[in-house]
Amino acid sequence: MTDPTLRLSFRGRLGRFALDAAFETPAVGITALFGPSGCGKTTLLRCIAGLQRLDGDCAIGGEVWQDGARFLPTHRRALGYVFQEASLFPHLSVRRNLLYGARGANSNGIGLDTVIDLLGIGHLLERAPRNLSGGERQRVAIGRALLSQPKLLLMDEPLSALDRETKSEILPFLERLHERLALPIIYVSHDMGEIERLADHLVLMAEGRVIAAGPLAKLESDPALPLATASDAAVMLEATAEEYDARYGLATLRVEGRPFLVPASPEIVGKHQRLRVAAGDVSLAHEPSKTSTILNIVPVRILSASALGEHQMLAVLGLRPDGQGARLLARVTRRSWEHLALAEGLDLYAQIKSVALARGPSRG
Amino acid sequence: MEGLSPEIWVAVRLTIALAATTTVILLIVGTPIAWWLARSRAWWKEAVATVVALPLVLPPTVLGFYLLVVLGPNGPGGALARLWGDATLAFTFAGLVIGSVVYSMPFVVQPIRNAFEAMGERPMEVAATLRAAPLKAFMTVAVPLARPGFATAAVLGFAHTVGEFGIVLMIGGNIPGSTKVLSVAVFDYVEAMQWREANILAAGMAAFAFVVILAMTLIQKRAARISE
Repeated sequence: MTDPTLRLSFRGRLGRFALDAAFETPAVGITALFGPSGCGKTTLLRCIAGLQRLDGDCAIGGEVWQDGARFLPTHRRALGYVFQEASLFPHLSVRRNLLYGARGANSNGIGLDTVIDLLGIGHLLERAPRNLSGGERQRVAIGRALLSQPKLLLMDEPLSALDRETKSEILPFLERLHERLALPIIYVSHDMGEIERLADHLVLMAEGRVIAAGPLAKLESDPALPLATASDAAVMLEATAEEYDARYGLATLRVEGRPFLVPASPEIVGKHQRLRVAAGDVSLAHEPSKTSTILNIVPVRILSASALGEHQMLAVLGLRPDGQGARLLARVTRRSWEHLALAEGLDLYAQIKSVALARGPSRG
Repeated sequence: MEGLSPEIWVAVRLTIALAATTTVILLIVGTPIAWWLARSRAWWKEAVATVVALPLVLPPTVLGFYLLVVLGPNGPGGALARLWGDATLAFTFAGLVIGSVVYSMPFVVQPIRNAFEAMGERPMEVAATLRAAPLKAFMTVAVPLARPGFATAAVLGFAHTVGEFGIVLMIGGNIPGSTKVLSVAVFDYVEAMQWREANILAAGMAAFAFVVILAMTLIQKRAARISE
């Protein structure tokens, strides 16, 4: 692709609902569209696919799908679309569903064998869709979309129709997709947990508009956005697992060179991981405590602070002594804030009570 | 079946030929109409649907009268017939086919339309996202998914054409080998007090109707099982 950016903007009315949304996102990795139900995420996705026609522009890495002058019909757009319900063709076997839109794999294309291996659906090929479980159906639907050799994969809440157990069965497949394929994905969800595991970029939507768009970590730690002020606010840290201490069941993961001790299993060593640190689990201290049970105590700088309601403060912290590293959030009481005389620009220590792997046990 | 007059077999063959021709034409003409009725958002589509459904309630004599006007020497049918040297389409097999197509149209369009509507928009959207052009999507997705609707439509269209009477009398006359179909033959035998022949034909057609309705019920049950 000559221009590795997705540029999208749509505006128009559908009945009583008005959409006026525009954003740009890199044509690599997973971009999540996040927002409450009814905010227009699905409509936006359908506009990108050409299933819905509103005024606007849509360019995928230099290829124009829609502008003032033209509107490419859906079947001429190189996209894959995974619907909320798997929507397999009931009259075709799994194999024929997979091959329905299949194009010959070019040099960097995705072949049937790759898809079968990636999604673990080899044993299902001759079955009829009605004999599959919900999770199996959705995996076949994802495979079917991949085999049409899309340049962009659109996923509309692909897990929301599944129960929790099936969800956690499919998430690792999506992570593998992400790791192994250089295919940009736009992923609609209203579940922050899925987004924390999967997304690289985030587009926040509300009432038909885009409130913010950018890298996940940046938006999560922006105190002006609703994510950082939510009661379950958290930030994600990209990390590499270095060693594993079997005596304590703890892995050492490095975030920008700084070690974090995290309960994990030994097979994560050497792999890229994503850590989740909740704002409520971070407390602040002027001196690094030597007598605490807390494992992870790191030097940070307070970059900004704002009041959270009447009795709490939300601080955005920069990792590393100079504060230039990854962002953390800390939610502390107003009382402690005033007693410790905390302020923006101050260098101090973050004590992190709990750090978790965002991706759970990886299947690599 | 010994002792049945050959003219009965002529009527049987004619009836089957008429019903088969009519069914084929109806499936070809009715499918696009049914698709349009199922998918269009035009406000006047229900008016079109009503016109298609009119034969359900109109007396066959009324429909027959209009068909006579249209197909007769002074109507477009007559003009058409003059192309090959005839004076009229009325009282011909071709005229009977046209009349049957109009008369049986609702029995074919309605089940196909229902099947297309029951399918929803999703399968065609999926096909489009898999790069299938509209015609390919229609043939490989919409038609196979609506197969039970097509089966019901074909059975009903055929059976209803076999069972028509009033229209045949109005526009077909009673010409053996050309327009004298079974239902008219029964009428003739009764008029002529040939009870034995009338009995055989009537019983045969009653049995046929029984088989048709049973077959349709089974088709629909099977379809419901497949598309859960």
